[in-house]
Amino acid sequence: MDVLFLLLDGVIACLEPLNLMLIVIGVTVGLFIGAMPGLGSVNGVAILLPATFLVPPTSAMIFLAAIYYGAMYGGAISSITLGIPGASTAVATTFDGRPLALSGRANQALVTAAIASFVGGTFANLLFTGFAPPLASVALSFGPPEIFALMLLAFATFVGLGGDDIPKTIFSICFGLALAAVGFDVISGEPRLIFMDITGFMHGINFLVLAIGVYGIGEMLWTINSTRDDITMTGAEITVRNVMNAAKKSVGAWRGTAIGSGLGFFVGILPAAGATPGSLMAYGVTKMTAKNPEQYGKGSINGVAAPEAANNSASTGAMLPMVTLGIPGSPTTAVLLGGMVIWGLQPGPRLFTDQPDFVWPLVGSFYVSNFIAVLVNLAFIPLFLWMLKMPFTILAPVIFTLSVVGGYAATQDMHDVWLMLIFGLGAFLLRILDYPLAPAGLAIVLGPIAEPTLRQSLLLSDGDPMIFFDRPIAGPITIIALVLIFLPLFKLIFDRIRKKT
Amino acid sequence: MRRAELVTAVILSLLSIYIMWKSGQSAWGDGWGESIRYIEGEGPGSGFWPFWLAVGMLGSCIWVIVNWVRKASPPSRSEERFLDNYGIMMLLKVGGGVTAFIGLIHFIGMYGAMTVFLIYYLAFLGRHNWLTTLSIAIGAPIVTFFFFDVAMRIVLPKGYLEPLFLPLYDIFL
Repeated sequence: MDVLFLLLDGVIACLEPLNLMLIVIGVTVGLFIGAMPGLGSVNGVAILLPATFLVPPTSAMIFLAAIYYGAMYGGAISSITLGIPGASTAVATTFDGRPLALSGRANQALVTAAIASFVGGTFANLLFTGFAPPLASVALSFGPPEIFALMLLAFATFVGLGGDDIPKTIFSICFGLALAAVGFDVISGEPRLIFMDITGFMHGINFLVLAIGVYGIGEMLWTINSTRDDITMTGAEITVRNVMNAAKKSVGAWRGTAIGSGLGFFVGILPAAGATPGSLMAYGVTKMTAKNPEQYGKGSINGVAAPEAANNSASTGAMLPMVTLGIPGSPTTAVLLGGMVIWGLQPGPRLFTDQPDFVWPLVGSFYVSNFIAVLVNLAFIPLFLWMLKMPFTILAPVIFTLSVVGGYAATQDMHDVWLMLIFGLGAFLLRILDYPLAPAGLAIVLGPIAEPTLRQSLLLSDGDPMIFFDRPIAGPITIIALVLIFLPLFKLIFDRIRKKT
Repeated sequence: MRRAELVTAVILSLLSIYIMWKSGQSAWGDGWGESIRYIEGEGPGSGFWPFWLAVGMLGSCIWVIVNWVRKASPPSRSEERFLDNYGIMMLLKVGGGVTAFIGLIHFIGMYGAMTVFLIYYLAFLGRHNWLTTLSIAIGAPIVTFFFFDVAMRIVLPKGYLEPLFLPLYDIFL
């Protein structure tokens, strides 16, 4: 029962005027960011994080979480009306959302998407509230070896489940961790990796510099380079009556919604997976288990509901390891975690005991944001459709400007702005060659936690790496991590054997 | 694409070797490699972690090169150009524009550079009319000023335009 009272307190804290206002603004901005092709929740959160230094940490976090939520709803709008996903998380929504729109049922698709998102989000919130406190209390007993083993597991999921080129994934992880090591060594106090002896490296590389470089500048260049074709938009007539009718018919999408909600949450917890594969998997499973799979891809409302329920559910799922263990479940939560460090909060299981005034309003805000997102989404669909007509040549320079200003505001050092530009240009070029960048973003956030725990563990054991194997909790985690790392190798060997027989 | 894949892997290998070498350097004048070792009673030295990460980076680059030789990864088989003409022009115009923007901050400050960049992008790259261009190019710095300088007290650089802002400081700060 304690949990319910704490949650209630949290919800009440969210209804304070400042927080409520931030939720409404955040959700609206998130919907817009999600709907704009080329911008997803991670871009919005990374670029707008410096703007939140104005309000207290709890409100800032609530605002950013609201953007995250809104973006999950927003992605569907452009998937359905433009036929191009507003964010990678809404790719699967185009499969059935676009055919629905083309056959004149854009209303139905938009309303079903919003309702499925709401159900998925609510279901995941309930799971989160149930799982988070016990998980955090188990994690309280973790020492450095356990925490390092968890970090290893987080990175192992990228190698084993990420699906990207493996050496490039490993490169991305190691590079991100190495960037996090620049500056003063926290244990010996020695300055290290001062590249070219430039003094700007002394204060280290702020994760925001990498995040804004990659997700602001790099991603914009990528979008401009890859979207060259003209896009045709399908309008939708939104009236109260249409929405009510469509809402009634959305009940028929209960199966997709249920599969998406359940699957999305658990896929969302994994650091390498998250909302994009979660929504694709939910679509696949719903289609596979359907009585009439041939209807999918031609305009099935279950096909819209499954990925939309899944991406909202996954975004809450990604919050679970971030809040309880200090390990983000998605690139967006990695940025949020970095923000928490900037605000002077120590991420990890102690948050629940030491900072209940921070955690519970945040959890409460998931519920409130979800509720407000569905209202704003349905009420302002015409407005979002109008904004989607805005040419990219207006949005792009504004995003570049926000990135540069945000990059400067974060550390107030021009050195970091130049570094951000280098990361942005580098990210653009590397992305063409299939180098995954999310692992590097996660690594630069986790680096400052991973390194001290590794060194403390080795000091505890006099330099013997067996410490990661012979402790009761760290051992199994390390072994699972190693299995994941070698999973692609096993698969390769298995395939070879099967080919021979 | 095939050539770009190899060139990139080689450049990243050189970067890895540079980080390995840099990790072994001690800021306190110990010989090269002292910081990578396990120090009795202190645990691994300050360069230990970045050194082995850089080894991991180098290893991955070599793996990428091996894949390139075996043509095992999609970019190493691709016949497409790494950047086509559109891509190169885009990078020069847009990437160059952002670079010039950041460079100009040193001289005419954040606000001056922002205005110049927005006018360049909106009017010349986007071909928008002057009304749209000027309303954004003038509106953006004003909003930014009130948000960062006034509300958050994060003073953005002004460069040689500093004197213009003195009356504004008197009123708002």
